[in-house]
Amino acid sequence: MSNLNENIQGHVSHERGMPWAHIIGFIISLILTAIPLWMTLAHSLTYTRLLMVILVFAVAQILVQLFFFMHVRESRGPRWHIWMLVLGFILTFTIVAASIWIMTFGAESY
Amino acid sequence: MAITETEILHGRVNPDTPLEYSHEEGAMKIFGFWVFLASDLILFACLFATYTILKTHTAGGPGPANLYDVRGFTEETFILLTSSFTCGLATHEMRKGNRTWMSIWLVITMMLGLAFISLEVNEFVTYVSIGATMQRSAFLSAFFTLVGTHGCHVSLGIVWMLAILIQVIQRGINATTARKIFIVSLYWHFLDVVWVFIFSVVYLPGVM
Repeated sequence: MSNLNENIQGHVSHERGMPWAHIIGFIISLILTAIPLWMTLAHSLTYTRLLMVILVFAVAQILVQLFFFMHVRESRGPRWHIWMLVLGFILTFTIVAASIWIMTFGAESY
Repeated sequence: MAITETEILHGRVNPDTPLEYSHEEGAMKIFGFWVFLASDLILFACLFATYTILKTHTAGGPGPANLYDVRGFTEETFILLTSSFTCGLATHEMRKGNRTWMSIWLVITMMLGLAFISLEVNEFVTYVSIGATMQRSAFLSAFFTLVGTHGCHVSLGIVWMLAILIQVIQRGINATTARKIFIVSLYWHFLDVVWVFIFSVVYLPGVM
């Protein structure tokens, strides 16, 4: 029991009143979903640009879920789980981007 | 802060420490679940990569623009977003030690999850009824695998949440059940994140 002295990092002391973090997070997540939906239905931009904007909103949505709902700042001792998440995101990006790249590489010659 | 013998015996350090972190074991299991989420993310990354590459390979069959229904996937999205919120409220009530409200929010979360699944099953049945089966084209294989894997995760989540809810009703909120509630809520929020990407990468570009 070496880390008995370590307190839980993060903000857990305001759990007693109204769940403001959740309410604010929910409102932001609704807005982050409604804007890309509206932009798509209004055909406001060209395909590639619109896809980029939608992906930015989706990434913002990850941060809302992590910080407002998933208590990502909390841990007992060092926050090792953040590094696992970073590794997961790096691998995710590599798998998707590199697969698209390699599968479209030279595809115009077919 | 001095640590008394009672605190060591009960593994509790600080009155502000949430129950689920109060034991070394609970904290380790929560960390272990973050590791699982990172690996599950990689599973979905592979399915997303497959879908993105194969979405134009419709083999003369129906494509995204013929199939996706804006109203249907918008409803699914907002239902799942709301369920993520109610699941967060359940964790909030669990930390306040309020078992009744925690149970109410978990039941609402499961109902929203069931509504989501029924909409998705309905969507799949509609596609199959017009000949857009998994075997029709590479695009449809990739679509059903990606969206279906997410649907399986949500279905499992509902069953898991129900099992933990029964356990909490029987045993009350203690360090073990609090940790289980916390972990199932992490899982549920994670599925919401994955769905946001299905919404952004599969459905929205399909109706652009």
